[in-house]
Amino acid sequence: MAERRNRLRRPIATLGHKFVDGVWRVGVMARFFFLVLASSGTSFARFRLVMREVYFSGVLSLVIIIVSGLFVGMVLGLQGYETLQKYGATESIGVLVALSLVRELGPVVAALLFASRAGSAITAEIGLMKVTEQLTAMDMMAVSPMARVIAPRFWAGVISMPFLAALFAAMGVFGGYVIGVVLIGVDNGAFWSQMQAAVDFRYDVLNGVVKSVVFGIAVTIIATFEGYDAPPTAEGVSRATTRTVVSSALTILALDLVLTAFMLRGED
Amino acid sequence: MDRTTIDLWFGAFVTAGFVALLVLAFKVGNLGAERAAETYRVEARFDNIGGLKVRGPVRSAGVLVGRVQDIHFDNERFQASVMLALDKRYSFPKDTSASILTSGLLGETYVGLEAGGDDKKLAAGDRISITQSAVVIERLINQFLFSKAQEDAPPPKAAAPAAAAPAAKSPAAAAPAAK
Repeated sequence: MAERRNRLRRPIATLGHKFVDGVWRVGVMARFFFLVLASSGTSFARFRLVMREVYFSGVLSLVIIIVSGLFVGMVLGLQGYETLQKYGATESIGVLVALSLVRELGPVVAALLFASRAGSAITAEIGLMKVTEQLTAMDMMAVSPMARVIAPRFWAGVISMPFLAALFAAMGVFGGYVIGVVLIGVDNGAFWSQMQAAVDFRYDVLNGVVKSVVFGIAVTIIATFEGYDAPPTAEGVSRATTRTVVSSALTILALDLVLTAFMLRGED
Repeated sequence: MDRTTIDLWFGAFVTAGFVALLVLAFKVGNLGAERAAETYRVEARFDNIGGLKVRGPVRSAGVLVGRVQDIHFDNERFQASVMLALDKRYSFPKDTSASILTSGLLGETYVGLEAGGDDKKLAAGDRISITQSAVVIERLINQFLFSKAQEDAPPPKAAAPAAAAPAAKSPAAAAPAAK
């Protein structure tokens, strides 16, 4: 009898345990975030540390960002043309491509790519530093790993993300231009003038930048935290890397919904 | 200060990012397309503004001459009060008329100004007295049906479905044609 009750209880207990653990992690992550902010003084005093990380997470992500931006824009152009053709509004293809890229796809897809390209690398690097006890060694030498390792990576992500998103959107618009104007033959003047009439600098472009900055903060905090928190084993690091990609992707999409709901309000 | 390759890459990255932002702002967005020229404000009251929105265009002879700055409901006259910010480069006679128009069938709603013949010019704070409201499609259809029903008076019931039928048919007829 008691055994049976136990068997019933266990899944529920596991579920509860997982939930409590999740809440715990959120709390620890919040503390971690403030700790990073508190120890970012060094990052700006020795800006070269940040620049080095911008090189590793931003510059080296350029290729994937530019190429996928181009392809996404081209696909949007093709698909948009296919649909707009039915309504005889193919000139609006520029509006469709530009608005969807500047408002949504630029920040979101760039952040997803950044999370899988740079975020996972950050987690693996910090996790491995922890495994090989480099972080402890720094502590022993009175060098704060927070200030020396974590904060520069955080700020590098926050700096790179808006630029990457902007590059993604700009390349996407170029891709849409190549498909729409060069290949399909939509009128060049109408393509750009309708786009300019529909895309507002403050509502669309600046809101996209705000989004990408928020995503940059979220992705790098998750990546550095997972690395810092990883169990110091090979398996622990691999799990932490996976978790970085999964939870950054979910966080980006959920944050996007919230931010979009805030930004679109009051426009009409 | 010694230079490293990292500096070069960082500089290139930030420059590329800023260039992309500028492209988004000026080429894709509307920044710079119409830098805020000096404007003067004129009021116009309408019975119905239809789908007019703040920042919507004000056109005269099809040319953009200003923007809608503010729309609010006048609770004393039960009319919409629309504030138009007109470009200082253009001046209009005092008896200019304003109407709410739509560009194309599905296009945006805008305010159209038609110049009158008065010698005096509209000044800041003036009110455009001759206005024409937005056309409400439902009302238009009602009027059409009503006049149709009056035309062939004897069986008014039979006329109404007959008039409604082509209207209902036409989108269906247009769709295959587009393909």
